[in-house]
Amino acid sequence: MSYSDKVIDHYNNPRNVGQMDKSSSEVGTGLVGAPECGDVMRLQIKVNPETQVIEEAKFKTFGCGSAIASSSLATEWVKGKTVEEALTIKNTDIVKELALPPVKIHCSVLAEDAIRAAIGDWKKKNGVAETADYVSTVATN
Amino acid sequence: MSTVENAVAAPADVHLPIYMDYHSTSPMDPRVLDAMMPYFTVKFGNSASRNHSFGWEAEQAVEVARGQIAKLIGASSKEIIFTSGATESNNLAIKGIAEMYKERGNHIITQVTEHKAVLDTCKRLEKYGYRVTYLPVKADGLIDLDDLKRAMDDKTILVTIMSANNEIGVIQPIAEIGKLCHERGILFHTDAVQAVGKIPMDVQKMNIDVLSVTAHKLYGPKGVGVLYVRRRNPRVQIAAQIDGGGHERGMRSGTLNVPGIVGMGKACEIAGQEMETEAERLTRLREKLKTKLEGALDYVHVNGSMEHRLPGNLNMSFVYVEGESLLMGINDIAVSSGSACTSATLEPSYVLKALGLGDDVAHSSIRFGLGRFNQEAEVDYVANKVIDVVQKLRELSPLYEMVKEGIDISKIEWQAH
Repeated sequence: MSYSDKVIDHYNNPRNVGQMDKSSSEVGTGLVGAPECGDVMRLQIKVNPETQVIEEAKFKTFGCGSAIASSSLATEWVKGKTVEEALTIKNTDIVKELALPPVKIHCSVLAEDAIRAAIGDWKKKNGVAETADYVSTVATN
Repeated sequence: MSTVENAVAAPADVHLPIYMDYHSTSPMDPRVLDAMMPYFTVKFGNSASRNHSFGWEAEQAVEVARGQIAKLIGASSKEIIFTSGATESNNLAIKGIAEMYKERGNHIITQVTEHKAVLDTCKRLEKYGYRVTYLPVKADGLIDLDDLKRAMDDKTILVTIMSANNEIGVIQPIAEIGKLCHERGILFHTDAVQAVGKIPMDVQKMNIDVLSVTAHKLYGPKGVGVLYVRRRNPRVQIAAQIDGGGHERGMRSGTLNVPGIVGMGKACEIAGQEMETEAERLTRLREKLKTKLEGALDYVHVNGSMEHRLPGNLNMSFVYVEGESLLMGINDIAVSSGSACTSATLEPSYVLKALGLGDDVAHSSIRFGLGRFNQEAEVDYVANKVIDVVQKLRELSPLYEMVKEGIDISKIEWQAH
Protein backbone atom coordinates (compact mmCIF):
# COMPACT_ATOMS: atom_id res chain seq x y z
CA MET A 1 0.00 0.00 0.00
CA SER A 2 1.50 3.32 -0.94
CA TYR A 3 0.26 6.09 1.31
CA SER A 4 0.40 9.84 1.04
CA ASP A 5 3.01 11.73 3.05
CA LYS A 6 0.22 12.99 5.32
CA VAL A 7 -0.86 9.46 6.28
CA ILE A 8 2.74 8.54 6.93
CA ASP A 9 3.23 11.67 9.01
CA HIS A 10 0.16 10.95 11.17
CA TYR A 11 1.26 7.31 11.50
CA ASN A 12 4.78 8.28 12.56
CA ASN A 13 3.72 11.20 14.74
CA PRO A 14 0.19 10.50 15.88
CA ARG A 15 -1.46 13.56 17.47
CA ASN A 16 -3.40 13.53 20.72
CA VAL A 17 -2.84 9.92 21.72
CA GLY A 18 -4.24 8.94 25.09
CA GLN A 19 -7.34 8.76 27.20
CA MET A 20 -9.45 10.98 29.39
CA ASP A 21 -11.71 10.15 32.33
CA LYS A 22 -14.68 8.42 30.77
CA SER A 23 -16.86 9.12 33.81
CA SER A 24 -16.41 12.90 33.69
CA SER A 25 -19.54 14.72 32.55
CA GLU A 26 -17.40 16.96 30.34
CA VAL A 27 -15.96 13.99 28.45
CA GLY A 28 -17.67 12.19 25.59
CA THR A 29 -16.32 8.82 24.46
CA GLY A 30 -16.88 7.11 21.13
CA LEU A 31 -15.73 3.52 20.64
CA VAL A 32 -16.38 2.28 17.10
CA GLY A 33 -15.31 -0.59 14.86
CA ALA A 34 -14.65 -4.21 15.79
CA PRO A 35 -11.50 -6.25 16.41
CA GLU A 36 -12.52 -8.90 13.88
CA CYS A 37 -12.83 -6.22 11.20
CA GLY A 38 -9.27 -5.12 11.91
CA ASP A 39 -10.03 -1.65 13.21
CA VAL A 40 -11.24 -0.18 16.48
CA MET A 41 -11.16 3.55 17.21
CA ARG A 42 -11.71 5.25 20.52
CA LEU A 43 -12.12 9.01 20.28
CA GLN A 44 -12.73 11.20 23.31
CA ILE A 45 -13.64 14.86 23.52
CA LYS A 46 -13.66 17.22 26.49
CA VAL A 47 -16.30 19.93 26.10
CA ASN A 48 -16.45 23.29 27.85
CA PRO A 49 -19.93 23.30 29.44
CA GLU A 50 -20.31 27.07 28.97
CA THR A 51 -19.24 27.47 25.37
CA GLN A 52 -19.75 23.90 24.08
CA VAL A 53 -16.28 24.19 22.56
CA ILE A 54 -14.25 20.98 22.34
CA GLU A 55 -11.16 21.89 24.32
CA GLU A 56 -9.39 18.57 24.31
CA ALA A 57 -9.48 15.44 22.14
CA LYS A 58 -7.72 12.11 22.57
CA PHE A 59 -7.69 8.90 20.58
CA LYS A 60 -6.38 5.39 20.47
CA THR A 61 -6.75 3.21 17.40
CA PHE A 62 -6.17 -0.43 16.56
CA GLY A 63 -6.02 -0.59 12.80
CA CYS A 64 -4.05 -0.04 9.66
CA GLY A 65 -2.02 3.08 8.90
CA SER A 66 -4.92 4.96 7.38
CA ALA A 67 -7.19 4.15 10.34
CA ILE A 68 -4.56 5.58 12.69
CA ALA A 69 -4.09 8.63 10.47
CA SER A 70 -7.86 9.23 10.07
CA SER A 71 -8.47 9.21 13.81
CA SER A 72 -5.37 11.28 14.55
CA LEU A 73 -6.57 13.88 12.03
CA ALA A 74 -10.08 13.78 13.51
CA THR A 75 -8.74 14.77 16.94
CA GLU A 76 -6.89 17.70 15.38
CA TRP A 77 -9.96 18.88 13.53
CA VAL A 78 -12.47 18.67 16.38
CA LYS A 79 -10.30 20.61 18.80
CA GLY A 80 -11.39 24.23 19.06
CA LYS A 81 -14.68 23.57 17.29
CA THR A 82 -18.05 23.70 19.00
CA VAL A 83 -19.89 20.42 19.23
CA GLU A 84 -22.25 21.47 16.43
CA GLU A 85 -19.35 22.56 14.21
CA ALA A 86 -17.58 19.24 14.81
CA LEU A 87 -20.65 17.39 13.57
CA THR A 88 -20.16 18.97 10.15
CA ILE A 89 -16.88 17.09 9.60
CA LYS A 90 -17.49 14.56 6.85
CA ASN A 91 -15.58 11.44 6.02
CA THR A 92 -15.02 12.81 2.53
CA ASP A 93 -13.08 15.71 4.06
CA ILE A 94 -10.78 13.19 5.72
CA VAL A 95 -10.39 11.21 2.47
CA LYS A 96 -9.41 14.42 0.67
CA GLU A 97 -7.01 15.67 3.32
CA LEU A 98 -5.18 12.33 3.62
CA ALA A 99 -5.54 11.33 -0.05
CA LEU A 100 -6.80 7.92 1.04
CA PRO A 101 -6.94 5.22 -1.65
CA PRO A 102 -10.45 3.84 -2.42
CA VAL A 103 -9.92 0.62 -0.42
CA LYS A 104 -9.27 2.73 2.69
CA ILE A 105 -12.35 4.94 2.57
CA HIS A 106 -13.96 2.84 5.30
CA CYS A 107 -11.27 4.14 7.68
CA SER A 108 -12.51 7.69 7.16
CA VAL A 109 -16.11 6.56 7.66
CA LEU A 110 -15.08 5.02 10.95
CA ALA A 111 -13.39 8.26 12.03
CA GLU A 112 -16.55 10.23 11.27
CA ASP A 113 -18.54 7.63 13.23
CA ALA A 114 -16.11 8.03 16.12
CA ILE A 115 -16.63 11.82 16.22
CA ARG A 116 -20.42 11.37 16.16
CA ALA A 117 -20.32 8.65 18.80
CA ALA A 118 -18.19 10.79 21.13
CA ILE A 119 -20.46 13.80 20.70
CA GLY A 120 -23.54 11.59 21.10
CA ASP A 121 -22.13 10.26 24.38
CA TRP A 122 -21.43 13.76 25.64
CA LYS A 123 -24.92 14.95 24.68
CA LYS A 124 -26.53 12.00 26.42
CA LYS A 125 -24.56 12.66 29.60
CA ASN A 126 -25.51 16.32 29.57
CA GLY A 127 -29.11 15.97 28.52
CA VAL A 128 -28.57 17.88 25.28
CA ALA A 129 -31.12 16.99 22.62
CA GLU A 130 -29.89 15.73 19.28
CA THR A 131 -30.26 18.48 16.72
CA ALA A 132 -32.67 17.90 13.87
CA ASP A 133 -29.84 18.45 11.44
CA TYR A 134 -27.75 15.71 13.03
CA VAL A 135 -30.65 13.26 13.08
CA SER A 136 -31.36 13.79 9.41
CA THR A 137 -27.68 13.35 8.55
CA VAL A 138 -27.59 10.02 10.31
CA ALA A 139 -30.77 8.90 8.62
CA THR A 140 -29.29 9.45 5.18
CA ASN A 141 -25.97 7.77 5.99
CA MET B 1 5.23 9.98 22.04
CA SER B 2 8.31 9.26 19.96
CA THR B 3 8.00 8.45 16.29
CA VAL B 4 7.06 4.94 15.29
CA GLU B 5 9.81 4.58 12.73
CA ASN B 6 13.57 4.85 12.99
CA ALA B 7 14.00 4.39 16.70
CA VAL B 8 16.10 1.26 16.19
CA ALA B 9 19.25 1.94 14.20
CA ALA B 10 20.76 -0.71 11.94
CA PRO B 11 24.35 -1.72 12.72
CA ALA B 12 26.97 -1.19 10.02
CA ASP B 13 26.94 -4.83 8.88
CA VAL B 14 23.19 -4.84 8.23
CA HIS B 15 22.10 -3.58 4.83
CA LEU B 16 18.57 -2.29 4.51
CA PRO B 17 16.04 -3.28 3.37
CA ILE B 18 16.26 -6.80 4.79
CA TYR B 19 14.58 -9.56 2.84
CA MET B 20 12.82 -12.03 5.16
CA ASP B 21 10.05 -13.26 2.86
CA TYR B 22 11.62 -16.40 1.40
CA HIS B 23 8.28 -18.25 1.17
CA SER B 24 7.28 -15.72 -1.42
CA THR B 25 10.35 -16.04 -3.56
CA SER B 26 14.12 -16.22 -3.20
CA PRO B 27 17.00 -14.46 -4.89
CA MET B 28 18.92 -16.67 -7.28
CA ASP B 29 22.07 -18.19 -5.92
CA PRO B 30 24.99 -16.67 -7.91
CA ARG B 31 26.16 -20.21 -8.69
CA VAL B 32 22.81 -20.83 -10.39
CA LEU B 33 23.13 -17.69 -12.49
CA ASP B 34 26.65 -18.70 -13.55
CA ALA B 35 25.36 -22.06 -14.74
CA MET B 36 22.54 -20.45 -16.71
CA MET B 37 24.41 -17.67 -18.47
CA PRO B 38 25.81 -19.56 -21.48
CA TYR B 39 22.34 -20.91 -22.31
CA PHE B 40 20.96 -17.45 -23.02
CA THR B 41 23.51 -16.56 -25.68
CA VAL B 42 26.12 -19.03 -26.95
CA LYS B 43 24.29 -22.28 -26.14
CA PHE B 44 20.88 -21.05 -27.22
CA GLY B 45 19.65 -24.11 -29.07
CA ASN B 46 16.18 -25.59 -28.96
CA SER B 47 16.39 -28.87 -27.10
CA ALA B 48 13.87 -30.34 -29.56
CA SER B 49 16.18 -29.70 -32.55
CA ARG B 50 17.37 -33.20 -33.31
CA ASN B 51 19.61 -32.57 -36.30
CA HIS B 52 22.31 -30.12 -35.25
CA SER B 53 24.76 -29.56 -32.46
CA PHE B 54 22.94 -26.53 -31.04
CA GLY B 55 19.94 -28.70 -30.32
CA TRP B 56 22.03 -31.58 -28.98
CA GLU B 57 23.88 -29.23 -26.65
CA ALA B 58 20.62 -27.86 -25.26
CA GLU B 59 19.10 -31.32 -24.94
CA GLN B 60 22.13 -32.57 -23.07
CA ALA B 61 21.91 -29.66 -20.64
CA VAL B 62 18.22 -30.38 -20.05
CA GLU B 63 18.98 -34.03 -19.37
CA VAL B 64 21.65 -33.09 -16.82
CA ALA B 65 19.12 -30.84 -15.08
CA ARG B 66 16.50 -33.58 -15.14
CA GLY B 67 18.94 -35.84 -13.34
CA GLN B 68 19.83 -33.18 -10.75
CA ILE B 69 16.19 -32.51 -9.95
CA ALA B 70 15.25 -36.20 -9.89
CA LYS B 71 18.10 -36.93 -7.48
CA LEU B 72 16.87 -34.38 -4.95
CA ILE B 73 13.46 -36.06 -4.66
CA GLY B 74 14.47 -39.71 -5.15
CA ALA B 75 12.97 -39.98 -8.63
CA SER B 76 14.38 -41.02 -12.01
CA SER B 77 15.09 -38.54 -14.83
CA LYS B 78 12.28 -39.86 -17.01
CA GLU B 79 9.72 -38.93 -14.36
CA ILE B 80 10.49 -35.19 -14.55
CA ILE B 81 8.13 -33.04 -16.64
CA PHE B 82 9.10 -29.39 -17.08
CA THR B 83 6.48 -26.68 -16.69
CA SER B 84 6.37 -22.91 -16.22
CA GLY B 85 6.10 -23.17 -12.44
CA ALA B 86 4.16 -24.76 -9.63
CA THR B 87 0.81 -23.19 -10.47
CA GLU B 88 0.96 -24.90 -13.83
CA SER B 89 2.27 -28.11 -12.25
CA ASN B 90 -0.63 -28.19 -9.79
CA ASN B 91 -3.16 -27.50 -12.54
CA LEU B 92 -1.64 -30.16 -14.78
CA ALA B 93 -1.52 -32.74 -11.99
CA ILE B 94 -5.05 -32.29 -10.72
CA LYS B 95 -6.87 -31.61 -13.98
CA GLY B 96 -4.73 -34.12 -15.87
CA ILE B 97 -5.48 -36.91 -13.39
CA ALA B 98 -9.15 -35.99 -13.07
CA GLU B 99 -9.55 -36.20 -16.83
CA MET B 100 -7.51 -39.36 -17.29
CA TYR B 101 -9.13 -41.33 -14.46
CA LYS B 102 -12.72 -40.13 -14.75
CA GLU B 103 -13.91 -43.61 -15.70
CA ARG B 104 -12.58 -44.89 -12.40
CA GLY B 105 -14.14 -42.22 -10.18
CA ASN B 106 -14.93 -38.58 -9.67
CA HIS B 107 -13.87 -37.94 -6.09
CA ILE B 108 -10.85 -35.84 -5.06
CA ILE B 109 -9.65 -35.17 -1.52
CA THR B 110 -7.70 -32.07 -0.56
CA GLN B 111 -7.52 -29.84 2.52
CA VAL B 112 -8.43 -26.30 3.41
CA THR B 113 -5.01 -24.67 3.78
CA GLU B 114 -3.77 -25.61 0.30
CA HIS B 115 -2.47 -22.92 -2.00
CA LYS B 116 -5.08 -21.32 -4.26
CA ALA B 117 -3.47 -23.06 -7.23
CA VAL B 118 -4.83 -26.30 -5.77
CA LEU B 119 -8.05 -25.04 -4.19
CA ASP B 120 -9.23 -23.08 -7.21
CA THR B 121 -8.33 -25.93 -9.53
CA CYS B 122 -10.46 -28.25 -7.39
CA LYS B 123 -13.29 -25.73 -7.38
CA ARG B 124 -13.24 -25.62 -11.16
CA LEU B 125 -13.43 -29.41 -11.29
CA GLU B 126 -16.50 -29.29 -9.05
CA LYS B 127 -18.21 -27.30 -11.78
CA TYR B 128 -17.45 -30.14 -14.17
CA GLY B 129 -19.13 -32.70 -11.93
CA TYR B 130 -16.27 -33.84 -9.75
CA ARG B 131 -16.84 -34.23 -6.02
CA VAL B 132 -14.19 -32.64 -3.80
CA THR B 133 -13.68 -33.17 -0.07
CA TYR B 134 -11.86 -30.34 1.68
CA LEU B 135 -10.45 -31.81 4.88
CA PRO B 136 -10.24 -29.46 7.88
CA VAL B 137 -7.00 -28.94 9.77
CA LYS B 138 -6.42 -29.11 13.49
CA ALA B 139 -5.40 -26.06 15.52
CA ASP B 140 -1.75 -26.88 14.75
CA GLY B 141 -2.39 -26.82 11.00
CA LEU B 142 -2.04 -30.57 10.45
CA ILE B 143 -4.72 -32.74 8.92
CA ASP B 144 -6.12 -35.64 10.91
CA LEU B 145 -5.25 -38.95 9.20
CA ASP B 146 -8.49 -40.46 10.46
CA ASP B 147 -10.40 -37.73 8.66
CA LEU B 148 -8.50 -38.64 5.50
CA LYS B 149 -9.27 -42.36 5.90
CA ARG B 150 -12.95 -41.64 6.46
CA ALA B 151 -13.11 -39.38 3.41
CA MET B 152 -11.72 -42.06 1.07
CA ASP B 153 -14.29 -44.07 -0.86
CA ASP B 154 -14.41 -46.29 -3.93
CA LYS B 155 -14.83 -43.27 -6.19
CA THR B 156 -11.72 -41.50 -4.85
CA ILE B 157 -9.14 -41.13 -7.60
CA LEU B 158 -6.81 -38.52 -6.11
CA VAL B 159 -5.60 -37.13 -2.82
CA THR B 160 -3.79 -33.81 -3.11
CA ILE B 161 -2.20 -32.53 0.11
CA MET B 162 0.62 -30.00 0.27
CA SER B 163 3.95 -30.99 1.81
CA ALA B 164 4.48 -27.73 3.68
CA ASN B 165 2.28 -24.68 3.99
CA ASN B 166 3.39 -21.37 2.50
CA GLU B 167 2.02 -19.22 5.34
CA ILE B 168 2.61 -21.19 8.51
CA GLY B 169 5.33 -23.58 7.29
CA VAL B 170 3.52 -26.57 8.79
CA ILE B 171 4.67 -29.91 7.33
CA GLN B 172 1.92 -32.46 6.71
CA PRO B 173 2.49 -36.18 7.44
CA ILE B 174 3.35 -36.91 3.82
CA ALA B 175 4.75 -40.44 4.26
CA GLU B 176 1.67 -41.51 6.23
CA ILE B 177 -0.67 -39.99 3.65
CA GLY B 178 1.29 -41.70 0.86
CA LYS B 179 1.01 -45.04 2.61
CA LEU B 180 -2.76 -44.71 3.06
CA CYS B 181 -3.21 -43.79 -0.60
CA HIS B 182 -0.92 -46.55 -1.82
CA GLU B 183 -2.78 -49.21 0.21
CA ARG B 184 -6.06 -48.16 -1.39
CA GLY B 185 -4.81 -47.61 -4.95
CA ILE B 186 -5.56 -43.89 -4.82
CA LEU B 187 -3.12 -41.53 -6.50
CA PHE B 188 -1.31 -39.07 -4.26
CA HIS B 189 -0.22 -35.64 -5.44
CA THR B 190 1.63 -33.17 -3.25
CA ASP B 191 2.34 -29.50 -3.82
CA ALA B 192 5.91 -29.56 -2.50
CA VAL B 193 6.85 -26.01 -3.47
CA GLN B 194 7.85 -24.96 0.04
CA ALA B 195 9.37 -28.30 1.00
CA VAL B 196 11.73 -29.38 -1.79
CA GLY B 197 15.26 -28.27 -1.05
CA LYS B 198 14.30 -27.31 2.51
CA ILE B 199 13.48 -30.69 4.05
CA PRO B 200 14.23 -34.21 2.77
CA MET B 201 11.64 -35.32 0.21
CA ASP B 202 11.70 -38.82 -1.29
CA VAL B 203 8.95 -39.90 -3.66
CA GLN B 204 9.78 -43.59 -3.10
CA LYS B 205 9.87 -43.62 0.67
CA MET B 206 6.84 -41.32 0.88
CA ASN B 207 4.75 -43.09 -1.77
CA ILE B 208 4.25 -39.87 -3.71
CA ASP B 209 2.84 -40.39 -7.21
CA VAL B 210 2.85 -36.83 -8.48
CA LEU B 211 4.69 -33.83 -7.06
CA SER B 212 4.83 -30.12 -7.92
CA VAL B 213 7.86 -27.94 -7.43
CA THR B 214 9.09 -24.59 -8.65
CA ALA B 215 12.62 -23.27 -9.05
CA HIS B 216 12.31 -19.76 -7.65
CA LYS B 217 11.58 -20.86 -4.08
CA LEU B 218 14.88 -22.72 -3.92
CA TYR B 219 17.26 -20.07 -5.23
CA GLY B 220 16.58 -20.83 -8.88
CA PRO B 221 14.97 -18.66 -11.57
CA LYS B 222 11.30 -17.71 -11.85
CA GLY B 223 9.20 -19.18 -14.63
CA VAL B 224 10.31 -22.77 -14.45
CA GLY B 225 8.89 -25.67 -12.50
CA VAL B 226 8.55 -29.41 -12.55
CA LEU B 227 5.86 -32.00 -12.23
CA TYR B 228 7.18 -35.34 -11.08
CA VAL B 229 5.01 -38.11 -12.55
CA ARG B 230 5.60 -41.68 -11.33
CA ARG B 231 6.44 -44.17 -14.06
CA ARG B 232 6.01 -47.47 -12.22
CA ASN B 233 4.09 -48.89 -9.24
CA PRO B 234 1.82 -47.42 -10.45
CA ARG B 235 2.44 -45.85 -13.84
CA VAL B 236 0.59 -42.55 -13.57
CA GLN B 237 -1.09 -41.14 -16.65
CA ILE B 238 -1.87 -37.50 -17.04
CA ALA B 239 -4.02 -35.90 -19.72
CA ALA B 240 -2.15 -32.97 -21.25
CA GLN B 241 -3.63 -29.55 -20.59
CA ILE B 242 -1.46 -27.76 -23.15
CA ASP B 243 -1.43 -29.29 -26.61
CA GLY B 244 1.19 -28.75 -29.26
CA GLY B 245 4.48 -30.29 -30.29
CA GLY B 246 4.27 -33.21 -27.90
CA HIS B 247 7.17 -32.23 -25.70
CA GLU B 248 7.71 -33.84 -22.30
CA ARG B 249 6.30 -37.21 -23.32
CA GLY B 250 3.20 -35.50 -24.63
CA MET B 251 2.21 -34.27 -21.19
CA ARG B 252 3.32 -30.69 -21.66
CA SER B 253 3.93 -29.21 -25.09
CA GLY B 254 5.99 -26.09 -25.61
CA THR B 255 9.65 -25.34 -26.29
CA LEU B 256 11.65 -25.95 -23.16
CA ASN B 257 12.98 -23.01 -21.17
CA VAL B 258 16.53 -24.29 -21.40
CA PRO B 259 18.34 -21.61 -19.34
CA GLY B 260 15.64 -21.82 -16.67
CA ILE B 261 15.84 -25.59 -16.59
CA VAL B 262 19.63 -25.50 -16.29
CA GLY B 263 19.20 -23.07 -13.41
CA MET B 264 16.63 -25.24 -11.70
CA GLY B 265 18.93 -28.24 -12.03
CA LYS B 266 21.84 -26.38 -10.50
CA ALA B 267 19.62 -25.03 -7.70
CA CYS B 268 18.50 -28.56 -6.85
CA GLU B 269 22.07 -29.84 -6.92
CA ILE B 270 23.15 -27.13 -4.45
CA ALA B 271 20.09 -27.79 -2.25
CA GLY B 272 20.96 -31.48 -2.10
CA GLN B 273 24.48 -30.70 -0.94
CA GLU B 274 23.67 -27.92 1.51
CA MET B 275 20.16 -28.61 2.76
CA GLU B 276 21.18 -30.27 6.00
CA THR B 277 23.55 -27.55 7.22
CA GLU B 278 21.27 -24.83 5.91
CA ALA B 279 18.27 -26.28 7.76
CA GLU B 280 20.27 -26.38 10.99
CA ARG B 281 21.42 -22.79 10.57
CA LEU B 282 17.94 -21.50 9.70
CA THR B 283 16.33 -23.38 12.57
CA ARG B 284 18.80 -21.76 14.96
CA LEU B 285 18.13 -18.28 13.54
CA ARG B 286 14.38 -18.83 13.59
CA GLU B 287 14.50 -19.96 17.23
CA LYS B 288 16.56 -16.93 18.11
CA LEU B 289 14.02 -14.63 16.50
CA LYS B 290 11.14 -16.39 18.27
CA THR B 291 12.86 -16.35 21.66
CA LYS B 292 13.68 -12.66 21.42
CA LEU B 293 10.15 -11.69 20.40
CA GLU B 294 8.49 -13.86 23.03
CA GLY B 295 10.88 -12.61 25.67
CA ALA B 296 10.15 -8.94 25.10
CA LEU B 297 6.45 -8.91 24.20
CA ASP B 298 3.29 -10.21 25.86
CA TYR B 299 0.28 -11.48 23.91
CA VAL B 300 2.27 -13.05 21.09
CA HIS B 301 0.96 -16.21 19.52
CA VAL B 302 2.79 -18.66 17.26
CA ASN B 303 0.45 -19.83 14.49
CA GLY B 304 0.73 -23.52 13.64
CA SER B 305 2.79 -26.44 14.92
CA MET B 306 6.36 -25.62 15.97
CA GLU B 307 7.25 -29.31 15.89
CA HIS B 308 6.25 -29.98 12.29
CA ARG B 309 7.51 -26.83 10.65
CA LEU B 310 9.91 -25.70 7.95
CA PRO B 311 13.25 -24.51 9.35
CA GLY B 312 12.95 -20.93 8.04
CA ASN B 313 9.32 -20.24 8.94
CA LEU B 314 7.94 -18.25 11.84
CA ASN B 315 4.33 -17.07 11.76
CA MET B 316 3.39 -15.00 14.76
CA SER B 317 0.45 -12.87 15.80
CA PHE B 318 1.13 -9.73 17.80
CA VAL B 319 -2.32 -9.50 19.30
CA TYR B 320 -3.95 -6.03 19.63
CA VAL B 321 -1.71 -4.67 16.86
CA GLU B 322 -3.05 -4.66 13.31
CA GLY B 323 -0.71 -6.33 10.82
CA GLU B 324 -0.62 -3.67 8.15
CA SER B 325 0.21 -0.93 10.63
CA LEU B 326 3.02 -3.14 11.92
CA LEU B 327 4.36 -3.62 8.39
CA MET B 328 4.31 0.18 7.94
CA GLY B 329 6.50 0.59 11.00
CA ILE B 330 9.00 -2.02 9.84
CA ASN B 331 9.08 -0.91 6.24
CA ASP B 332 12.80 -1.59 5.93
CA ILE B 333 12.06 -5.29 6.47
CA ALA B 334 10.32 -7.38 3.82
CA VAL B 335 7.87 -9.78 5.49
CA SER B 336 4.20 -10.69 4.92
CA SER B 337 1.05 -10.29 6.97
CA GLY B 338 -2.19 -12.28 7.17
CA SER B 339 -4.04 -9.03 7.78
CA ALA B 340 -7.01 -8.25 5.57
CA CYS B 341 -5.66 -4.78 5.01
CA THR B 342 -2.69 -6.18 3.13
CA SER B 343 -4.81 -8.30 0.82
CA ALA B 344 -6.72 -7.24 -2.26
CA THR B 345 -9.89 -8.93 -1.01
CA LEU B 346 -9.87 -7.30 2.45
CA GLU B 347 -10.30 -10.78 3.92
CA PRO B 348 -7.86 -12.04 6.53
CA SER B 349 -5.79 -15.12 5.75
CA TYR B 350 -7.94 -18.20 5.12
CA VAL B 351 -5.06 -20.36 6.33
CA LEU B 352 -5.02 -18.73 9.76
CA LYS B 353 -8.81 -18.81 9.95
CA ALA B 354 -8.69 -22.55 9.19
CA LEU B 355 -6.63 -23.02 12.36
CA GLY B 356 -9.62 -21.72 14.28
CA LEU B 357 -7.99 -18.37 15.01
CA GLY B 358 -10.30 -15.41 15.35
CA ASP B 359 -10.16 -12.75 12.67
CA ASP B 360 -8.59 -10.40 15.21
CA VAL B 361 -5.60 -12.76 15.66
CA ALA B 362 -5.31 -13.26 11.90
CA HIS B 363 -5.27 -9.48 11.43
CA SER B 364 -2.26 -9.32 13.75
CA SER B 365 -0.10 -11.93 12.08
CA ILE B 366 3.31 -11.58 10.50
CA ARG B 367 5.06 -14.27 8.47
CA PHE B 368 8.84 -14.28 8.76
CA GLY B 369 10.47 -16.38 6.06
CA LEU B 370 14.19 -16.89 6.64
CA GLY B 371 16.47 -18.15 3.91
CA ARG B 372 19.94 -18.81 2.61
CA PHE B 373 21.19 -15.23 2.59
CA ASN B 374 19.88 -14.05 5.96
CA GLN B 375 22.58 -13.32 8.52
CA GLU B 376 22.41 -13.44 12.30
CA ALA B 377 22.87 -9.65 12.58
CA GLU B 378 19.76 -9.23 10.43
CA VAL B 379 17.75 -11.44 12.76
CA ASP B 380 18.84 -9.33 15.73
CA TYR B 381 17.88 -6.14 13.93
CA VAL B 382 14.50 -7.53 12.85
CA ALA B 383 13.70 -8.69 16.38
CA ASN B 384 14.62 -5.34 17.94
CA LYS B 385 12.72 -3.39 15.33
CA VAL B 386 9.56 -5.50 15.59
CA ILE B 387 9.63 -5.28 19.39
CA ASP B 388 10.00 -1.51 19.25
CA VAL B 389 7.20 -0.97 16.73
CA VAL B 390 4.80 -3.42 18.44
CA GLN B 391 5.34 -1.62 21.74
CA LYS B 392 4.65 1.75 20.16
CA LEU B 393 1.55 0.56 18.34
CA ARG B 394 0.25 -0.98 21.53
CA GLU B 395 0.54 2.44 23.18
CA LEU B 396 -1.86 3.47 20.42
CA SER B 397 -4.11 0.42 20.75
CA PRO B 398 -7.37 0.82 22.68
CA LEU B 399 -7.66 -2.97 22.78
CA TYR B 400 -4.29 -3.46 24.45
CA GLU B 401 -5.16 -0.80 27.00
CA MET B 402 -8.53 -2.43 27.76
CA VAL B 403 -6.99 -5.87 28.15
CA LYS B 404 -4.33 -4.45 30.46
CA GLU B 405 -7.12 -2.90 32.54
CA GLY B 406 -8.73 -6.32 32.85
CA ILE B 407 -11.61 -5.71 30.45
CA ASP B 408 -12.74 -8.79 28.55
CA ILE B 409 -12.96 -7.38 25.03
CA SER B 410 -14.73 -10.50 23.77
CA LYS B 411 -17.69 -9.46 25.93
CA ILE B 412 -18.02 -6.04 24.33
CA GLU B 413 -20.75 -5.70 21.76
CA TRP B 414 -18.68 -4.53 18.81
CA GLN B 415 -20.40 -3.11 15.82
CA ALA B 416 -19.02 -4.94 12.83
CA HIS B 417 -18.91 -2.72 9.82
